Amino acid sequence: MKDVSFGQYYPVSSFVHRMDPRVKILLSIAYIVAVFLIREFHFFGFLAAFLFILIAAFAARVPFLKVVKSIKGIIFFIVFSSVLQILFNHEGTVLAAWWVIEITDVGLLRAAFITLRITLIVMGTALLTLTTTPVEIADGLESLLTPLKWVKFPVHEFALIMSIALRFIPTLMDETERIINAQKARGADFESGNVFKRIRALVPILIPLLLSSFRRADELGDAMDARCYSGAKGRTKYKKMRPTWRDLVGTLFMAALIAGVVLLNGVLGVAV
Amino acid sequence: MQIVAENLSHVYSPKSKFAVAALKNVSLTIEEGEFFGIIGHTGSGKSTFIQHLNGLIRADKGSKKLTVGEFDLLDKECDFKKLRSKVGMVFQYPEYQLFADTVAADVAFGLKNFENPNEAETAARVKEALETVGLDYEEVKDKSPFDLSGGQKRRAAIAGVIVTKPEILVLDEPVAGLDPKGKTEFFRLLHALHGGFVKTIVIVSHDMDNVAEHCTRAAVFDKGEIYRVAPPKELFRDAAALTAMGLDVPVTGYLAAQLKAAGVFVDTDFTVADFAEKTLEKWRERQ
Amino acid sequence: MSFIEAKNVYYRYPQAEKDALCGVSFAVEKGEYLAVIGHNGSGKSTLARLLNGLLQPTEGEIAVDGISSADKSRLFELRRRVGVVFQNPDNQLIASVVEDDVAFGPENIGLKREEIKERIDFALAAVGMEEYRKAMPSRLSGGQKQRVAIAGVLAIRPDVLVLDESTAMLDPRGRREVTDVVKKLNRENGMTVLAVTHYMDEVCDADRVLVLSDGAAVMEGTPREIFSQKEKLQKYELDVPVPMRIAELLKEGGMPLKEIFTKEELGEELCRLLRKI
Repeated sequence: MKDVSFGQYYPVSSFVHRMDPRVKILLSIAYIVAVFLIREFHFFGFLAAFLFILIAAFAARVPFLKVVKSIKGIIFFIVFSSVLQILFNHEGTVLAAWWVIEITDVGLLRAAFITLRITLIVMGTALLTLTTTPVEIADGLESLLTPLKWVKFPVHEFALIMSIALRFIPTLMDETERIINAQKARGADFESGNVFKRIRALVPILIPLLLSSFRRADELGDAMDARCYSGAKGRTKYKKMRPTWRDLVGTLFMAALIAGVVLLNGVLGVAV
Repeated sequence: MQIVAENLSHVYSPKSKFAVAALKNVSLTIEEGEFFGIIGHTGSGKSTFIQHLNGLIRADKGSKKLTVGEFDLLDKECDFKKLRSKVGMVFQYPEYQLFADTVAADVAFGLKNFENPNEAETAARVKEALETVGLDYEEVKDKSPFDLSGGQKRRAAIAGVIVTKPEILVLDEPVAGLDPKGKTEFFRLLHALHGGFVKTIVIVSHDMDNVAEHCTRAAVFDKGEIYRVAPPKELFRDAAALTAMGLDVPVTGYLAAQLKAAGVFVDTDFTVADFAEKTLEKWRERQ
Repeated sequence: MSFIEAKNVYYRYPQAEKDALCGVSFAVEKGEYLAVIGHNGSGKSTLARLLNGLLQPTEGEIAVDGISSADKSRLFELRRRVGVVFQNPDNQLIASVVEDDVAFGPENIGLKREEIKERIDFALAAVGMEEYRKAMPSRLSGGQKQRVAIAGVLAIRPDVLVLDESTAMLDPRGRREVTDVVKKLNRENGMTVLAVTHYMDEVCDADRVLVLSDGAAVMEGTPREIFSQKEKLQKYELDVPVPMRIAELLKEGGMPLKEIFTKEELGEELCRLLRKI
């Protein structure tokens, strides 16, 4: 299991990969805003956003299929909200009716609109996680959150916790697998019985896992102490993130998208 | 029960870019009654192999045969639960799988899962298992397993595996982390078990001195394949090949190789006692 | 005064019934390599934690370069001088990228970025892990992880390297990697080393050996001196290395072997005695 990197980072070197993670996080937020700016039924805005993703994926050297696949996890959610729109929207011209259900043209348009909106948002944010390692995202967030120090938000501790969690996820995954196998070898059965039985069957996994996590935390604490850790005070940072021309290009590109969306909002809407 | 593997293969996360062929066409027969050693680097496929023996890992479709006694592990209808009660498996640092409030309850876990006998029978079997591994039943049964000493914890964990009286006992690096005395005692325990209901022992070990000392035969795994299966006597005669693979040879193997290079052939089985005896014979011949 | 000095050190864990260490005294000179051996529970790991002030002696004193571990005001100073590498490599690496992990110590002591970079270069080179600078620890072998852990400690530039059973969880290849690095640091960089272990063959690299049993220092001497006292070692639940055991059997059988210590020495000796002329 340890050979499978978690998350969906796509390890190549590209224009987008080499951008400052902070800029990428901010641009992702800007992108989400841009998609939300698209006024109802102005489908050309989506076309602009789609083009944006297409070009960004090209610049990131990520196969477009990877970007599309990112919606796999939320397909149920998309289908569910579209069906709701189609079945329970009563605005517009009725195309078909049965019992309390009316299918209207507005309902269909809304479903299409919502589907496109969610899909494009997920695809856009997938580009962030495809081109930025979890560690870079954590570092980026730490840097972006730094101003919160002034309101006594423990930014350093927050970042440290995130980075330790990331570091230990593969280790604990291995450990869990090992414990499951050991208990299975002693006849433990996790697949049959009712809910209560299944929950009880987890005890022989959870207790060793908890104990081992405590033990690890204990040892890690000692190791951190031994390496002169004493909190954020007097601490320097090795990693420095510096925006480059790439980030400027990325930002301009994003500005173009937002401008495009706003302009398209004014024209060419599908009138209902 | 005899263990037979023919063209056994296993690929981890197939179809992904992380696909790793952990076992490639491994064929191996382990006879009932053996004290069988498995040698190889971390990542040589040895852990994957032993986890096939009780169905924790299933063989890939292309594999030709995998049987343990009458169990056909390639058959979808195979009763893996029953198999697991016959093939006990002791993982590395087995004390880390302890979980119950009392030692007795922890040891009984496997027994309840497999056979679920009545309380008196359970208590008797737990007592027997704990005494077999050298723990005092009355003293430890109501203790929390986490209050035992390191060595005792490991013994309690082993008791939890042998409580179902497996005919085959598979152990992965069972002496890791024990001190010299603990190691010696542990091997004594294994030999004591080997004479009883445990017919076959399969042990993964990095320590070649232990393999030379205890095993009837050993298989050397390298990059998912079996490089060689032989008794220590033949295996360690070819010290150079093992060294080339980055594996250790027992001290006796090293010495025999040095002597061979100097033109002296010591015909030993590579246990310390035998090596000393045969070397002394050579020495007397020379006198 | 010696570089490391322990005088009549006692330590008892909170809620324990028995002392983990009772009256241990020893001294280590600068550049020396001391191995500490003893059965499980002999107190050897406690000793490692006392050296850098993770624990304070309940009685007695332990000091490195004149800094007592009981002196809380100089704790930071003490830890900069004493680097400790622990047993489980998985539980002492804190970052998901090798170079970030090595940077952790230097960051903690507030070094400038350029200086940190130099120290990462130096430390990774010292343990032979330069190529893995950008690697993820979870993808490394046990021996490699433990070398990264050593690098993380070296980056603080300590005077003493304490190894608390740092090879116990490694396979033979990993053990060799780690012991080679430690030997090199001691021989070439003059690093003072205190290694707690129960692998008898690792003890042979040391200048001196301290044997602990039930919290007391019961033997001290060069590895040769220690291993020549087989009965005494067995009393303390320890063993002599295999080559010496073989040599003993051969001597009992009448072979006139010289005093041997390692398998290499025994090999030479056997060839000398048995070679056909």
